[in-house]
Amino acid sequence: MTAIAHVPPTGGTATPPPEPGRSNKLTPYFLLLPAGLALLVFFVLPILTLINTSLQSGGLEEGYTFTWSFSNYWDVWVDYWPQFLRSFVYAGSATVLAILIAYPIAYMIAFKAGQWRSILLVLIIAPFFTSFLIRTLAWTTILSDTGPVTSFFRSIHVLALTDWIGLTSDSRILATPLAVILGLTYNFLPFMTLPLYASLEKQDPGLLQAAGDLYASSWQGFWKITWPLSLPGVISGTLLTFIPAAGDYVNATFLGSMRESMTGNAIDALFLRIRDYSHAAALSVSLMAAIVVLVIYYVRRSGTEDLV
Amino acid sequence: MTAVKESDPYAPTEFRPKKVGFGRWVREHLVTFFGILGLLYLFAPIFVVIVFSFNKPKGLFNYTFTEFSFDAWTGVCDVPGMCDSLWLSIRIAFFSTLAATILGTIAAFALVRHKFRGRGFANILIFVPMATPEVVVGSSLLVLFVNMGVPLGQLTIWIAHTMFCLSFVIVTVKARLVGLDPRLEQAAQDLYANRVQTFFRITFPLIMPGVVAAAMLSFSLSFDDFIITNFNSGSEVTFPMFVWGTSKKALPPQINVIGTAMLLIALFVVIVGRAIGKRRAR
Repeated sequence: MTAIAHVPPTGGTATPPPEPGRSNKLTPYFLLLPAGLALLVFFVLPILTLINTSLQSGGLEEGYTFTWSFSNYWDVWVDYWPQFLRSFVYAGSATVLAILIAYPIAYMIAFKAGQWRSILLVLIIAPFFTSFLIRTLAWTTILSDTGPVTSFFRSIHVLALTDWIGLTSDSRILATPLAVILGLTYNFLPFMTLPLYASLEKQDPGLLQAAGDLYASSWQGFWKITWPLSLPGVISGTLLTFIPAAGDYVNATFLGSMRESMTGNAIDALFLRIRDYSHAAALSVSLMAAIVVLVIYYVRRSGTEDLV
Repeated sequence: MTAVKESDPYAPTEFRPKKVGFGRWVREHLVTFFGILGLLYLFAPIFVVIVFSFNKPKGLFNYTFTEFSFDAWTGVCDVPGMCDSLWLSIRIAFFSTLAATILGTIAAFALVRHKFRGRGFANILIFVPMATPEVVVGSSLLVLFVNMGVPLGQLTIWIAHTMFCLSFVIVTVKARLVGLDPRLEQAAQDLYANRVQTFFRITFPLIMPGVVAAAMLSFSLSFDDFIITNFNSGSEVTFPMFVWGTSKKALPPQINVIGTAMLLIALFVVIVGRAIGKRRAR
């Protein structure tokens, strides 16, 4: 697009095309104005209002006043640090699990599927087409205490082991951290699979053959060629999975119990039931700040800063 | 590959017989095995949703399969309030898709076809809403609406949905525009088409698939959104809000019917879209 001026004239034009006049300089701003305004007024302004509210003190009756009350942040940390911690532990576990599950799927579609490729890709997105809440509710049926899944894992004593770690309790899966993590993994799996597929699909299979010719085992070939080349996919998949998972509270509500409540549950309760806006806003801002810090750290460490 | 090996006398064909081949065989099949397991994990809930739409549960909750029946399919709207919420969701998804697609397409055009000061800032402004957790987006909008005294209702849901769909539309249309040869538009201008004519006669028809994909994405995002809507709906009940509200009291199989129907409609649209795309490519 930048090359417009440098493209040689196609020839045959008697008069040169209209020169970009002065008004053209403003054209992009006019074109961007509606969308930009929408984002400024309904995204940036709300975030600023949220930060402002988080520093106010007062109550619904006497009204709120802006007082730089950073104590709100301290209060929510004291009250909700378990939820906060759980959000990050659950989202982190779900992200790792999603990489482990999505990688073979993406690999299979990219290298082994052949003519099935486009059908499989549609099938990967297909779960998206059913409502998020309905899919999550379906997991309550699958993981129910009397269902085949729970009975099977109970009979081979896997649940005894996970009970011992603390992932499950009372030999059941529903209403335990494991159920919430499984639900989160499931719900954001396509966000991991698609970027992984995109980065795998671009790779030249000749590279692996070359590695094999140079006596690399298939294991070495994978870790020295396929995996490093797929890292951009891993990074964007991780961000696309972790961020929504850390803010989610639907899985914690449907698949967990009070013991598994996450930051989202607390924000929802504070805003919509308790109506303590300043503390709710402080918790919301804390969640966003923590995610931003983690994401920046992660992106810096993995060395890809040109994601935006 | 094989031709090179045969012609090369130093090729170590004898030294790497079955060992590598066997390892590779195992790995290939392991990957496929785990890939299929992963797909099963992905489809298990869909399967449950479909099967349980044919259930006739004994109690209020559709958790255990008791009896096969078409009752839920023939009496979809028997559940009080559900079809109203469905209709509201469709209307909101339609209008936010319309707004987001128009604004987003224009913005994407400006970002790709023009070079101007502040483009980097604009790109960040578009990216950040997608990277913000929904609870934060939803709650911040709630605070804004409450502070400005805007009553929560259909209008606020529409604003919220248009806002969060906008970024996705811009990114999708941008991807299509980047792949479009600017010389096509230049040729039109060489032939004395003005900018508006060029856009509607050349650019827009060519980026149409991207615009349609963006519109479909934004419709499904809006239709399915729960968290942001939950903060901004006031007393309005969209379909996801209905499911959320009823899930504590009862779970009628009609909910599964809607889930299954959504899946079928979406698959149908995708298949038809692909067929049209193939025909256009010819």
